Amino acid sequence: MFAGVSTAAPEVAKTRRFKFNWVDGFLWFIRVAAIITIVVGITGSIQKFAGGGGPSVEAWRDLIISSISTGSMYGLIALGYSMVYGVLGFINFAHGEVFMSGTMVGLISATILFNNGFWDSNPYVSILLVLIVAMITSMLVAVVVERVAYRPLRGAPRLIPLITSIGVSFFIQYAFAGLFGVAIRNYPPAPASLARDFDILGIPVEGTKLLVISVAVLSMIGLWYFVTKTKTGSAMRAVAEDKEIAGLMGIDVDKTIVTTFAVGGAMAGVAGLLWALLFRGVDFLTGFLPGIKAFTAAVLGGIGNLPGAMLGGVLLGLFEGVGPLLVLDGLGIPAVSQLKDAVAFAALVLVLIFRPSGLLGERLGSEERA
Amino acid sequence: MKTKRSMRFIAALGALALVAAACGGGGTDFVEGELGSVTVDAGEAIQIRSLNAISGEVAFLGVPNENAVRLAVADFGPIEGHEVNVGTGLDDLCSAEGGQQAAQNIVADTDVVGVIGTSCSGAAAAAAPVISEAGLVMISPSNTSPGLTSDLEGTAGENYYEGYYRTAHNDLFQGQGAANFVFNNLQLTKVGLIHDGDPYTNGLTTAFENAFEELGGEIVIHTAVTVGQTDMVPVLTEVAAAGPELIFMPIFPAEATFIVQQIGGVSGLEDIVLMGADGISVENFMNLPESEGMYFSGPDTRFAENTNESTDINGAEFLTEYDAEFGGAPSADFWGHAYDATTLLLKAIQTVAVVDGDVLHIDRLALREELNKTSGYEGLIGSITCDEFGDCGAAVISIFQHINLADHQASKANILYTYPEG
Repeated sequence: MFAGVSTAAPEVAKTRRFKFNWVDGFLWFIRVAAIITIVVGITGSIQKFAGGGGPSVEAWRDLIISSISTGSMYGLIALGYSMVYGVLGFINFAHGEVFMSGTMVGLISATILFNNGFWDSNPYVSILLVLIVAMITSMLVAVVVERVAYRPLRGAPRLIPLITSIGVSFFIQYAFAGLFGVAIRNYPPAPASLARDFDILGIPVEGTKLLVISVAVLSMIGLWYFVTKTKTGSAMRAVAEDKEIAGLMGIDVDKTIVTTFAVGGAMAGVAGLLWALLFRGVDFLTGFLPGIKAFTAAVLGGIGNLPGAMLGGVLLGLFEGVGPLLVLDGLGIPAVSQLKDAVAFAALVLVLIFRPSGLLGERLGSEERA
Repeated sequence: MKTKRSMRFIAALGALALVAAACGGGGTDFVEGELGSVTVDAGEAIQIRSLNAISGEVAFLGVPNENAVRLAVADFGPIEGHEVNVGTGLDDLCSAEGGQQAAQNIVADTDVVGVIGTSCSGAAAAAAPVISEAGLVMISPSNTSPGLTSDLEGTAGENYYEGYYRTAHNDLFQGQGAANFVFNNLQLTKVGLIHDGDPYTNGLTTAFENAFEELGGEIVIHTAVTVGQTDMVPVLTEVAAAGPELIFMPIFPAEATFIVQQIGGVSGLEDIVLMGADGISVENFMNLPESEGMYFSGPDTRFAENTNESTDINGAEFLTEYDAEFGGAPSADFWGHAYDATTLLLKAIQTVAVVDGDVLHIDRLALREELNKTSGYEGLIGSITCDEFGDCGAAVISIFQHINLADHQASKANILYTYPEG
C-alpha cells in the first residue's frame, strides 16, 4: 500500500509539470488565427488595389472620414455608458433611448425652423437651437429615469438596475412610438453652406462630417475639463471611487449621481444632433443599434474611462466602416458590407481577447470586478 | 373468412353512415376529400382571413391589400345565403416569424377555408408550409419571389407548397422587364445590384442578374444591405469601386432612403442612375427630393377599364369606392391583385360548396382543384390563368421615371416602357 503511494506521487508531479492549459491554448490559437486572417485579408485588399481594383483613393478617403464621423457619434453616446458605469457600476441600457429622445424632439424644432424658413436663412443658429433642444430633452429624460427607475434601487444587487434599464428602454421606445408614430421621419436637409466640401490640410472634407467631428471633439474637451478641473467633477470622481467615503467627506452623493446622469444625457443629446446631421432619418427604434454600438465602444475603450469611451467610439466606427472592405473583401467574401455589424462586434471580441480590460481600461482586481 | 370480411364491410359502411350523419344531418351524398372539409352551419358565416403587413414600416403595402379584401367581400355578397367573414385583419409583420405565427393562429381555427396573404414574400415562405399542411388555400396579392412558385420553366421553387396561389407577378418576369429596359432603352451595360437579404429583394436582383447577363450586359457587383442599416457609406463605397453605370435596388423605403441621401457623399457615384422597384415606388419615398429622376419598375396598374367578372366593378369604380370607404388612394400598387385574389377565392368556394339544406359543405381538396383550373378569369388586373405552381398573375410590368415630386400620379403615368413589349 505504501509502496503504491510512493510510486504514484512522482507520477502526479510529472503530469502537473507538463499540464497544458486548454483555455490558454485556445485563446492563443484564436489570437494567432485572428492576426493571420487580418494580415491575409489586408494583403489581399492591397494586392487588389495595386492591381487597379477595389475602391479608389478618393473612395477610401471618403469612407475613412465618414467612419470617423460615425465613430465620434458613437463615442459621445459611449461617454454616458462609461460615466454611469464609473459612478454606479451598472450598465444603463436605456442610454440608447436617451439619445433617441434627443433626436426625436430635436426633429420637432428642426421641422418648425425649416417650415418658417429660418433653417435656410440662419443655418448655424438653427443647428445650435436644435442642439440645445436635443441636449435639454436627453438630459431631462436621463435625470427622470434616474429619479424614477434607478434611485429606488440604490443598494440593490447590480443585476436589478441592469434589468430595470432594459425595461426602461422598452418603455421609452414605445412611449415615443405612441407619441410620434412608427414611421421614419426625416430631418430637413443640411443647409447649402454645409453641404459643400471644406479643405482641411489639402483634404476635401464634407461640411456635415467636419461639423460632426468638431462638435464631438469640442464636447469631449468640455467634458474632460468639467470632470478634471471643476468641483462637481471632483465630486463625481470621488463618488466613483467610493460612495460611502465620499458621503462622509461631505459630498452629496445623490446630487452627484444626478449630475452624472445629466451630463451623460447631454452628451447623448449632442450625439442626437450629430445623428440627424449624418443620417437625417429617425424613428422610435433609432436608439437601439447606436446604443448597442456605443456600449460596445465603451467596453472597447475600457469601461469607466472617458477618453477610452471616445477612442473606443472612433475605433469602432473605423472598424465597422473600413473593416469589411479592407479585411473581408481581401479574403474574397462577397457582399461584405452586409457584415458591417458582425465586424464591429467581432472587433470587440478580438480587442477583449488581447486586452481584457479594454484599450485604456485599468486592470481591475477580482473584488472590484465582482 | 368470407362472413368476417362482409361483417367488416358492413361495419365500415355503418361507420361511414354515422360520420355522414354527424356531418350532414341527413339527406345528401357529400363525401369529403382527403384534406377534409368545412361545414358551415345554418346562419353561420364562411370564414376567410386576411394576412397582410399592416403595421410597421411596410404597412403601406399591407393596409391597402386588406382594405381591398374587405371591399371585394362586400361587393361579392353572400354565398348561398351565408355571409363571408374576414375577421380581424392579421399581421404578417413582413417577416418570417410574423408569417409563421399568424399562419398558426389561422389553422388553429378549423372553420377557416382560405387566406388572402401574405404581403411579403419573406412572410409567405414561413406561412405557406403551415397553411398548406392544414389543407387550406392561400392566395397572395403581392408576393413576387420566384421561390414561392416556380422558375416558370416547370421546376417548383424551394418554397412552393400545394395550396399556394398568387395574383401578383413572378419576379422572374419583372427581372426580365427591368433588364430589357436598362439594356435596350437606357443602353447601359454595367449594373450594380443591392438587395437586403429578403426573398423578395434577393429574388428580384437575382432574376435581374440572369436576364441582364443573358442580354449581354455585365453585373459588376451584387451586394446587400441589412434591414435597419443606416450608415450606407461603406456599401456605397463597395459599389462605387466596381464602377456601375446604374444601381438597381429593389429594396424597401427605410434603407433606400438612407442610400439616396448618402450617395452624394461617395466619390465615383456622381453620375449614377438609380432604379428601384414596387417596394419603394410609394408615397413616403417618392416625397424625397433625392428620389426625383429615379426609375421604378412594378406591376402595370392601369386597371381603370378592366372589369372584375364576379362583381362587375372596374378599376376606376374600385378607386372611387376605396376613396369613399378608406379616404385617399391606395398607398401601394397591389390593390387590384388583392381584390381579384379575394373574388377568385370566393368564386371557387361558391363553385365547390355543396348545399345541404341550410348547411354548406366546402371540401378543401375540391377547392384547390377548382383554383388550379382557373383559366381566363376576368379580373381588375386582366385575364387570370393559374399555372400548376400557383402563379395566377396577369403580369404586365411597367417602368416609369419619377419626374414630378409634387404629383406622384403624374410621375406614375410617365410610363417609359412596358413588358412584355408591344
